[in-house]
Amino acid sequence: MNVWLNFLIDSLAFGATFVYGSTGEILTEKAGHLNLGIPGIMCMGGAGGCLVLNMIGKSGLPGAVIVILGIMGALVMSMACGLLYSFLTVTLRVNQNVTGLALTTFGSGLMKVIMSKLKATVYLTGPKFFYRWPFADRQDSLHCLGILFFLAIAIAIAAGWVLMRTRVGLHLRAVGENPATADAVGINVTRYKYLTTCIGSGIAGLGGFYYIIDYMASQEAYLSIEAFGWLSIALVIFALWRPPVTIIGSFVFGVLFSCSSFITHFDWIRVTMANKPLLRMLPYVVTILVLIISSIRNKRENQPPASLGLNYFREDR
Amino acid sequence: MNRRQTEEVREPLFHLTRRMGISPVKAWGIRAAAFVLGMLACGLIAFLLIERLRENPGRIGAFYYAFIKGSFSTSYKFWKFLKNVAILLCISLALTPAFRMRFWNIGGEGQTLVSVLGAIAVDFYFGGRIPEWLLLILMFAAALVSGAVWGVIPALFRAKWGTNETLFTLMMNYVATYLVSFFLVVWVPNGSSSLPRQQHGRLPTIGNDYLLIILIVLVLTIGLYIYLYYTKHGYEISVVGESVRTAQYVGIKVNRVIIRTMILSGMLCGLAGYLIAAGLDQTVTTESVGGQGFTGIMVSWLGGFNPLTMILTAGLVQFLNQGASQISQDFDVSGALPNVITGIMLFFIIGCEFFVNYKIHFRGSKKHAEAAAEMGRGIGK
Repeated sequence: MNVWLNFLIDSLAFGATFVYGSTGEILTEKAGHLNLGIPGIMCMGGAGGCLVLNMIGKSGLPGAVIVILGIMGALVMSMACGLLYSFLTVTLRVNQNVTGLALTTFGSGLMKVIMSKLKATVYLTGPKFFYRWPFADRQDSLHCLGILFFLAIAIAIAAGWVLMRTRVGLHLRAVGENPATADAVGINVTRYKYLTTCIGSGIAGLGGFYYIIDYMASQEAYLSIEAFGWLSIALVIFALWRPPVTIIGSFVFGVLFSCSSFITHFDWIRVTMANKPLLRMLPYVVTILVLIISSIRNKRENQPPASLGLNYFREDR
Repeated sequence: MNRRQTEEVREPLFHLTRRMGISPVKAWGIRAAAFVLGMLACGLIAFLLIERLRENPGRIGAFYYAFIKGSFSTSYKFWKFLKNVAILLCISLALTPAFRMRFWNIGGEGQTLVSVLGAIAVDFYFGGRIPEWLLLILMFAAALVSGAVWGVIPALFRAKWGTNETLFTLMMNYVATYLVSFFLVVWVPNGSSSLPRQQHGRLPTIGNDYLLIILIVLVLTIGLYIYLYYTKHGYEISVVGESVRTAQYVGIKVNRVIIRTMILSGMLCGLAGYLIAAGLDQTVTTESVGGQGFTGIMVSWLGGFNPLTMILTAGLVQFLNQGASQISQDFDVSGALPNVITGIMLFFIIGCEFFVNYKIHFRGSKKHAEAAAEMGRGIGK
């Protein structure tokens, strides 16, 4: 396959990690909760899925069952983290930044402890071929486009549709913009906040699982998930809080992130070692620029949800 | 009558009211209880994760003893504990003025890292060529300026266009990290990207290596307390934090306060960076700050944005951290265990603030019934 096409497909596959992470974060932010625990939740999702695969990886179950059970494991673990986050921030009304950071510390730590006890020969070697269906046998980068990749695209589009085209989405946006008003018209604010945070966490957790089991499929993959979690939060701004845009955004991020290692294939582009960190910096700089430009243009539909980061207590004025 | 009955059935299990004032004894009692519960939860999780503990449950005593051992068993460990508390406290203090005006500066990591970089850059280019005292002053200036610049950029955009400062400062952390790796590649041509310890530009020491740093941070703590509680600037910060509209109404120039406070915040991060660069490491890596910029946010919040209380919370966080490292050493587990234990304890400690700030009234409770009856009479009249 053409080396360029190979690179682009690889970036697309890499980007799916961010599609999961930032779609999950967008849902949470639309409910007014800035969840800085997403990196930890993605870690825990990966750990949960691998924990299940470690038990059933060599059991000889049919591939489809293994795939579904692995996904369930990732969902359960990451949604449990989401539940913890929403209990602390929605019910106990603790500061969201502090809770999120604590969750990231906890999640990434626990994942490292869990993953160091699992056997890659069991959870990875066999199951990765099931997850990479239908291109598992290809030698080029197409082999990364597995079940979880297509699921990521589907989830992003579905989330965008729900947010913008349905009554549930309208209610959710109302909760994120002004919970007091939403409460006054009879929307159950607490229920919306809990559900979206948990669903968002579940989606984000799949991102960590995808990265370990499909895209990297290596024993050390879990060490870099936390960094990609932070990048996913950046991508939310880049995508202007629109889930389908994350697909394009994460592709761009994927290109920017992996071009520093890919670009050395060409003799006609002179890359010194010093340029690599600068290329890696680009996604963050671009995100800052998007943030600045969108705040200068001040178009209402491109702004963060108005009550982002603020907890809601009905009896406060 | 029927209608009233259905209404009673629908009454929620409990409802919440905000506490107006709580006695300090009760508040600290709640926090102590949370600490004990958190410790028990840590024991439980440790039981699940550490095989040696499962095989030999009697060692649970050793598990808890390791917390104390981690910080206090030898004088070296104790000084290291004090030094780590001082650095963490310095970064937390730096973030506090911004938090008090509800400017969510989560870029302490980047601001500190950039100041370490600034100080080391001066050291790298001028070390040995100019007198040592001049070098130290130049390093100090470079650290303060780079910290202030990193802090004021988000503040300018926030003041002018209302750009979301949380997300902006978060991104600036990563720009700082890659800036450091860029300079490391430039400075260390052999490709190893690790800068050896610089020979020049070391802070003088008194007593032992750490005492000067600890004293500087102690003075800073008291100074910042006075600045925040007893000066006009500090008052303006509090008013902006309470309500921007009130501040505008009484004639405080909100944008100026935001920019001034963020310059201060960045400069204090610069001081922390200077202490790390000139007092401890003498070099810079992407891990020079090691996540303390994020931990500092929690320390500051737990201390109620009060510099004096933050001495306690910084000590607590560092105590947990060193204790957990001791545990991973004693029980031979993965190096990530400290994060797990710190995380669990933080959940309990931050969760308990709810019980300090809110009161729960249950449906069946006697007091609640009296209150309801009181209200019913009121309506009846």
